Amino acid sequence: MKDVMGVIYVNNQEEGLQPLTRDRCVASVPFGGRYRLIDFILSSMVNSGIFNISVFTVRKYRSLMDHLETGKAWDLNRKHDGLFILPPQTHYHSAEFQGALQSFNQHLDYFHRSKQNYVVISGSNLVCNLDLSYVVSFHRQSDADITLLYKEVENGQEDFAGCARVITGKEEPAGIGQRVEDILSGTDPMPGEKAALCVYVMRKALLLELIQQCSEAGRFHLLDDGIISNLPSLKVCAYPVDGFISMISSIDLFYRRSMDLLQPINWGKLFFQPGLIYTKVKDEPPTRYTEDARVKNSLLANGCIVEGCVENSVLFRGVKINKGAHVKDSIIMQRCVVGENARVENAILDKEAAVSPNKIFRGEVQSPVVLEKRKTV
Amino acid sequence: MIRAKDCVAMLLAGGEGRRLGILTRDMAKPAVPFGGKYRVIDFTLSNCTNSGILTVGVLTQYQPLVLNSHIGIGIPWDLDRKNGGVTVLPPFMRQKGGQWYSGTADAIYQNFYFIERYDPRYVLVISGDHIYKMDYSRMLKYHQDKQADVTIAVIQVPWDDASRFGIMNTCEEGRIVEFEEKPEKPRSNMASMGIYIFNREILSEHLETDQNNPASSNDFGKNVIPQMLQAGCRMYAFLFQGYWKDVGTLESFWEANMDLLLDNPELDLYDRNWPIYTVNPNQPPHYQCSSAQVNRALVNEGCMVFGRVEHSILFPGVQVGKDSVVRDSIIMSGTVIGSGVVLERAIVGENVIIGDGCFTKGRENEIVVVQENTVVPEGSAVESTLNGEVAGMKGEAR
Repeated sequence: MKDVMGVIYVNNQEEGLQPLTRDRCVASVPFGGRYRLIDFILSSMVNSGIFNISVFTVRKYRSLMDHLETGKAWDLNRKHDGLFILPPQTHYHSAEFQGALQSFNQHLDYFHRSKQNYVVISGSNLVCNLDLSYVVSFHRQSDADITLLYKEVENGQEDFAGCARVITGKEEPAGIGQRVEDILSGTDPMPGEKAALCVYVMRKALLLELIQQCSEAGRFHLLDDGIISNLPSLKVCAYPVDGFISMISSIDLFYRRSMDLLQPINWGKLFFQPGLIYTKVKDEPPTRYTEDARVKNSLLANGCIVEGCVENSVLFRGVKINKGAHVKDSIIMQRCVVGENARVENAILDKEAAVSPNKIFRGEVQSPVVLEKRKTV
Repeated sequence: MIRAKDCVAMLLAGGEGRRLGILTRDMAKPAVPFGGKYRVIDFTLSNCTNSGILTVGVLTQYQPLVLNSHIGIGIPWDLDRKNGGVTVLPPFMRQKGGQWYSGTADAIYQNFYFIERYDPRYVLVISGDHIYKMDYSRMLKYHQDKQADVTIAVIQVPWDDASRFGIMNTCEEGRIVEFEEKPEKPRSNMASMGIYIFNREILSEHLETDQNNPASSNDFGKNVIPQMLQAGCRMYAFLFQGYWKDVGTLESFWEANMDLLLDNPELDLYDRNWPIYTVNPNQPPHYQCSSAQVNRALVNEGCMVFGRVEHSILFPGVQVGKDSVVRDSIIMSGTVIGSGVVLERAIVGENVIIGDGCFTKGRENEIVVVQENTVVPEGSAVESTLNGEVAGMKGEAR
């Protein structure tokens, strides 16, 4: 994997995750009790042995830069290679940004200076825990120009709305992947169909070619303009992945996938196999349960103080649940405070929000309400 | 080019901690896990960082491996510095031979060249086996205000306990007039906490004198402090108010842990202005299943609780199986407790596997201590591991 570099582009799906994305990009939306969305693909890359990783940002990336720091938490504070955060060189007005290739084109030097010959490119909102070294070795053995990751959509799964559909042909002799016959973007993949995950492996030289070709044409969408329009002349293969995988693109999905982590099997799959997920260290003390605490079926990060009742919920770091408070079916982010005898149900509390004593903050079943960052009810 | 420092801290971390039994078989006392995610030394190291004393020499001797890998280059405490930072100082050989540190004062004496590199005016001597939070910069200010040669931090202990400590008798403005090591009839209850600030020249001079005294056991409390007092040094007592505990015995170690479970613990781990830093275990949030019941407990990341946890501390990555009860216990990292287990008043080391249906059978008030990396087979009585021999069971390290 020494010959592979990682490229993460911060894709533009802010709308679905409003208001969590009011002040942050999708990549830095908190998820899973102590992580942010970017941690999953970033840790997957590091655990796969990739140590040259760039993050191409577009907008609202202050919190992302604060989170990534020098890459220390991912072991990416290296003398050579390591972590590169590459913000846009120009300030885009909302209509001007047209795709990842536009970002890449502004930082060609990064690609030229990197010694690696292969790139793994990924979006930033993929919740996953993947060993990419298998994909890369499949890519090499099958002599493909591009290998893309896909997930077969299961019944009732809405994780891949907005993903392109992959139509595959015959099996590749090199492994479990197939040759891609067509990629259809624009309609959501149905159960049983194959959803493209925005993760691609290719030679750096090919990526540079695609960047140049697309820039000249003034079209910058990585999949549509870079890959689909070149499909006839390239050998594109598809590689299946499985496990706890989701493209978090809406509040609803964010809520449901968070709740899925309350099943120990999912907790184990996402956080431990094949590697650990890393995130910024906060030095939080242990979580403290008082005599009156009652906690059932919940995930709690460190630094919480629980004096009340918590049920079917996810608590991020440093949350305070006061006496008599009842939190049910909710996601409570970092440093929120739920006051005495307050009640929170079917809700998402963004960072540092507070529910005053005796207040009720309640959403509908399966349709959570969001309390915005630093707001108080 | 090394820039001069105002104050250098020397942290004594070579203690064996014999009275901690099996807990210190493979690690020095300051490396013993404490409080759910810390090691004992984290408190003094964090105190240094939080007090703005960023040059720390850590003197190691007994079983230093765990301690060395824990401290590393000091990243968790922000002590990885170009100038200063943390430096581990083990005993070493010289051209004319070398020797182990024969006492606390000898350890500092042998490393005086380290202190001189930074040309400090003051030397803070602390030890890595106490649990407390203290702002050393306030003590330094007091030392300067009093124009003292030596300042010793003291704490008021219950009169009944005073004869177990080194007791300072002071006159009104805080100057120490007498020092009594473990007096039978104490005349004061101001006990030395083993925290000293010295003017560097004075310290240098007196360490030299101490070395030349063949009868000395080269210990600060026993030899150097009385010697300084006799020589007429200006010595002041700095009264510390707050939580302070020597975790020297299994009982005091267990108690200090349990103190954290009180309603308003005196030692506040949640003060954002005085965080206690440690190596990050990097585990996901802990999971409590529907059948879990956890009260009056500290639980850490990576734990999975299916049973009952009462008045106990779980370190990162501990699993408690269904229908198990953990009460009044301390369970260290990575230990897996099966189902139907009953553990009471137990200290279980790291990565222990306790099979289904095991139970503690300690005598009244006895604390059961299980050595790290052991396996307790299903349905057996969990008994204390003594001197490396496993009482009543045989286990292989995972």
